[in-house]
Amino acid sequence: MSIESADNQGDEMETTIQKSSLSDISAARAQKQPGSNALGVGLEARGVHAWFGEKHVLENVSLDFWPGSVTALIGPSGCGKSTFIRTLNRMHEFIPGAAMAGEVLLNGEDIYAAGVDVTKIRLKVGMVFQKPNPFPSMTIAENVLAGLKLAQLKVEKKDELLEECLERAGLWSEVKDRLNTHGGALSGGQQQRLCIARALAVRPQVLLMDEPCSALDPGSTLRIEETISQLSSSVTIVIVTHNMQQAARVSDYTAFFLSDGGPGQMVEVGSTNDIFSRPKDQRTENYVTGRFG
Amino acid sequence: MSSTITQAPAEIPAKREISTKPRLSDRVFRGVVTSGGLSSLVILGLILIFLLFNGYSTLKSQGLHFLTSSNWQAAVNDAGQFDAKNSHFGIAAMLIGTMIVAVIAVIIGVPISVGAAIYLTFYAPAFVKRVMVSAIDLMAAFPSVLFGLWGFFVLESSGEYWAKLINKFFSWIPIFQLPAPYVNRSPFIAGLVLAVMIIPIVTSISREIFSQTPLDRIQAAYALGGTRFAMLRAVAFPYARSGIVGGIMLGLGRAMGETVAVYTVLNIVYQVNWHILFSAGGNVASMILLKFGDASPYEIKALMAAGLVLFILTLIVNSLANLIVARTGKSGR
Repeated sequence: MSIESADNQGDEMETTIQKSSLSDISAARAQKQPGSNALGVGLEARGVHAWFGEKHVLENVSLDFWPGSVTALIGPSGCGKSTFIRTLNRMHEFIPGAAMAGEVLLNGEDIYAAGVDVTKIRLKVGMVFQKPNPFPSMTIAENVLAGLKLAQLKVEKKDELLEECLERAGLWSEVKDRLNTHGGALSGGQQQRLCIARALAVRPQVLLMDEPCSALDPGSTLRIEETISQLSSSVTIVIVTHNMQQAARVSDYTAFFLSDGGPGQMVEVGSTNDIFSRPKDQRTENYVTGRFG
Repeated sequence: MSSTITQAPAEIPAKREISTKPRLSDRVFRGVVTSGGLSSLVILGLILIFLLFNGYSTLKSQGLHFLTSSNWQAAVNDAGQFDAKNSHFGIAAMLIGTMIVAVIAVIIGVPISVGAAIYLTFYAPAFVKRVMVSAIDLMAAFPSVLFGLWGFFVLESSGEYWAKLINKFFSWIPIFQLPAPYVNRSPFIAGLVLAVMIIPIVTSISREIFSQTPLDRIQAAYALGGTRFAMLRAVAFPYARSGIVGGIMLGLGRAMGETVAVYTVLNIVYQVNWHILFSAGGNVASMILLKFGDASPYEIKALMAAGLVLFILTLIVNSLANLIVARTGKSGR
């Protein structure tokens, strides 16, 4: 299957899936610019701080993510971008001693509010990790549908969902004949796309990707970047990356994080074009032009 | 292109032997660890030979009856000498009793142990975990005679109540029937004591294996909106399954070989008894202990044969365990 036809199929599906939110997105894009107020729909971080034990690792990050956009978080190692992305679906608290302050609003509601069911948050805000982590005890099909089982969701047409998710993750044509074999036999890039398909199966509004290509070869990276482009109109994507070319290729908006030895801060956010061609901050320019980092 | 490489086809060379000259220190160390590793095998082999050598005559004279009958009589003729013809040695009741008691111990002890391991790995706060882990380790080192005494004085009385309760509601299941109203010193009570004794080993092995569950898979399960229970089912159990089976088999081995505690608690009777609540049971190891003190030299040979059978039974169970571990597979790992 050529990439083009995958694109088309993906688009068809997306329009059926998220018809209502697509119009919202274009309206939002027309009206709003990054850094302004809440959109009402989408994901917003407000004054987020993070600690590990006594160590203050992230300071006062406020960032809005447009529905249906791709936002790249870039910056040198240890600048808090991975920590930040993990505060967005409450995976941060998974680490012992982790603490946070501020608010993360999903559809206008604070996901850290008392009494919130964290599992429901993670269903809406999915995550893909740095290292591909399919469940080795499950087959490819079971892996994709694992989220439904984990969250005890009932789905009518499992086969259709399976095909749709694998198609959207750009993996269907490669695995459709061996859905009942174990996922461990796939290549690293295929495993990562399997993880993306798995994350999509619970129909998240937001997909967080924490350096999804850092363990992959260039070919697989390209394939995943295509997947990201296909997904971006139906899912809000936040991607942490060390690869600035990747940020430039896949993202609509880019946020630059930096730590000067203390807690990491967000130096600048803007459209990816602006960040890479005319950054406002000298430090951003130094980083994106490769003068450090 | 091809014209440039049309020379005589290159001859495929013979495979070279790849070796290295080890240093003296390396060789010495290798010798030390090799002898350490082999010594356990040698000791085991020597014990086996010892048991075979001593038990052979009984096994030969009794034949298959040694395994199928439950008669234990060392006959003495008029001259006061051992009479091999009229002596009968059979350990069927003891063999079956050993299995019954061990299986009861596993059925009761394993859920508790696995539950404790899950609690300690995934739920317990750090300080509770520290305290409990050392308590469980202590329990593993606890002398078995003390478990026996505790079982005799404490479990007997409360166990009697449970036994009657089980009999009242489940006597339609044959094994819970009582041929006579005696419930003290039953296989059930002995199984309870053994359950307590195998908890430490099964718990610590299960805990060890659960704690090795790969973090990225746990995170993946949580990130998909899984609850902790769902994560356990999807990730931790498939990963730990074969290790837990191994732990259970170690516990089973301990339960089958346990001597003093069973001897203290169980009423050893030379009759096959499937009624686990009834006050009659057996266990090869405790029978050996029971008979050893006043056994004649000939009877001791029969006890050696019993020991040999226990040895082989344990070997079979362990091999079965390995088979199960191999079968349940590494798929979850």
